[in-house]
Amino acid sequence: MTMLPAKTEKKLGLVIDLDTCVGCHACVISCKGWNTENYGAPLSDQDPYGADPSGTFLNRVHSYEVQPPMLGRAAAPDAQLIHFPKSCLHCEDAPCVTVCPTGASYKRVEDGIVLVNEADCIGCGLCAWACPYGAREMDAAAGVMKKCTLCVDRIYNENLPEIDREPACVRTCPSSARHFGDFADPDSNVSQLVAERGGMDLMPEQGTKPVNKYLPPRPKDQLARREEEIDGLAPFLAPVASEAKGFLSWLNKTLEKL
Amino acid sequence: MHPAPSVIFFSTFSGLGFGLLIFLGLGMPATTGFNAFIFLAIAYLLAVGGLISSTFHLGHPERALKAFSQWRTSWLSREAWCAVAALVLMAVYGAGLVFFEQRWTPLGVLGALASLGTVFTTSMIYGQLKTVPRWNSPLTPANFISLCIAGGALLAGQIVPAVALLALAGAIQIATWLRGDSAFANSGTTMQTATGLGHIGSVRAFEPPHTGTNYLLREFVHEVRRKHAHKLRIIAIMLMAVLPVVLLLLPFNHVLALFAVLAHVGGVLTARWLFFAQAEHVVGLYYGKR
Repeated sequence: MTMLPAKTEKKLGLVIDLDTCVGCHACVISCKGWNTENYGAPLSDQDPYGADPSGTFLNRVHSYEVQPPMLGRAAAPDAQLIHFPKSCLHCEDAPCVTVCPTGASYKRVEDGIVLVNEADCIGCGLCAWACPYGAREMDAAAGVMKKCTLCVDRIYNENLPEIDREPACVRTCPSSARHFGDFADPDSNVSQLVAERGGMDLMPEQGTKPVNKYLPPRPKDQLARREEEIDGLAPFLAPVASEAKGFLSWLNKTLEKL
Repeated sequence: MHPAPSVIFFSTFSGLGFGLLIFLGLGMPATTGFNAFIFLAIAYLLAVGGLISSTFHLGHPERALKAFSQWRTSWLSREAWCAVAALVLMAVYGAGLVFFEQRWTPLGVLGALASLGTVFTTSMIYGQLKTVPRWNSPLTPANFISLCIAGGALLAGQIVPAVALLALAGAIQIATWLRGDSAFANSGTTMQTATGLGHIGSVRAFEPPHTGTNYLLREFVHEVRRKHAHKLRIIAIMLMAVLPVVLLLLPFNHVLALFAVLAHVGGVLTARWLFFAQAEHVVGLYYGKR
């Protein structure tokens, strides 16, 4: 049903830490791998080794340059490069669900995951039009809409070791930039991260109430802008004698006379 | 947005067809028998032809019947119901006109309402989308409905209403363009809100997530050559409204009326192409493309 539930028991989702993401794209690859080899239509590629390759991905990493403004007459601060993974935000007011004419798109009452029943999808693409984040992609081979399932076939999968029962992107991230948990529980790891680090919504003005939150990057050090010595150990490494004495002084003078 | 020919043809021709059905349902012109059959055949060819063309962009058209299930929330599902209701009601009403020389007025009025509802629901598929600020306005349904009724009056040969309705449709079209041009900037969605990084400074897309293209870029960020957009608007408004009005004000003649219809259809097709080609989806912000 495309009516959104008034409330979900859990609010499962991701916290993505823009401070620690190194932009390695490992989450992109592990997502593509898991979701091609397991539930639903595989994420196809078209012309993958040819001149015009393209394919379906449920998670993509953008990179942005952010230039802080100049303060007074000082030189402009260094720009920051921020890697920005983006996948379905499993919105509470998911506009992609309500527009679906067939009921293929739905939001689960038990955990809030937004899913597509591929057997009911007619491939009209309207849900992707309604999503402001570009989280849904029509698979060109299967003709059905693909989206992040929050690895629903991993997180409840008792055939996997417990450590692996989290989304593939979270499990694989080498810099722990992705965290998985229940936002309905104020004591969960993700709720605490959001509270401590000021987790934010993307495009809040669109009124989608995304479940996934992004942690803003911390301000970058401005090393190149500082004139004084900033290394705590540097004073101990300074030369203790600038002028040579004794035998070395004699050797120095003798060699200079030659 | 990608201007898919199937959707442009669908919305133009089914809009005209349902517009003609509205006038036939209201008894304008009040014909029966073979004459009514010709009018109904033209309306059904346009309306049903447009609907069939719209299924060409579906990934799985064989599952299209499922689209009737979600009328509670989905404008696309409501459109399916309205279209079937209009076509069935008008078929029964038309059978009365053609075979029994009878005008079942309540049935005709209901069919006209359902036809109007079909065009309204079509327009709301676009008008509801907050992600496309140019479309997210009451002017979108006003634009679709005014063109549908004006085209219907023209096809139904209702000269005096057609002149007034064409002028109104032209005015609404111009208002839609003028509002649409600043809609994205006024929507409040920017690269800063899209990335949440605006508090640090100005945001620039440094590197895209992929070297090739993808579904999102093809469908939503598709950059059509828009350098002729201004000229195309002038052509569209001249063809859809100005030329037909001038032709209708001349002494009536069937050849001139045919030219008026052809000009109107050409103008609406041009305007509908611009409707898609000029629509900017907010997802383009993530690619630095707005």
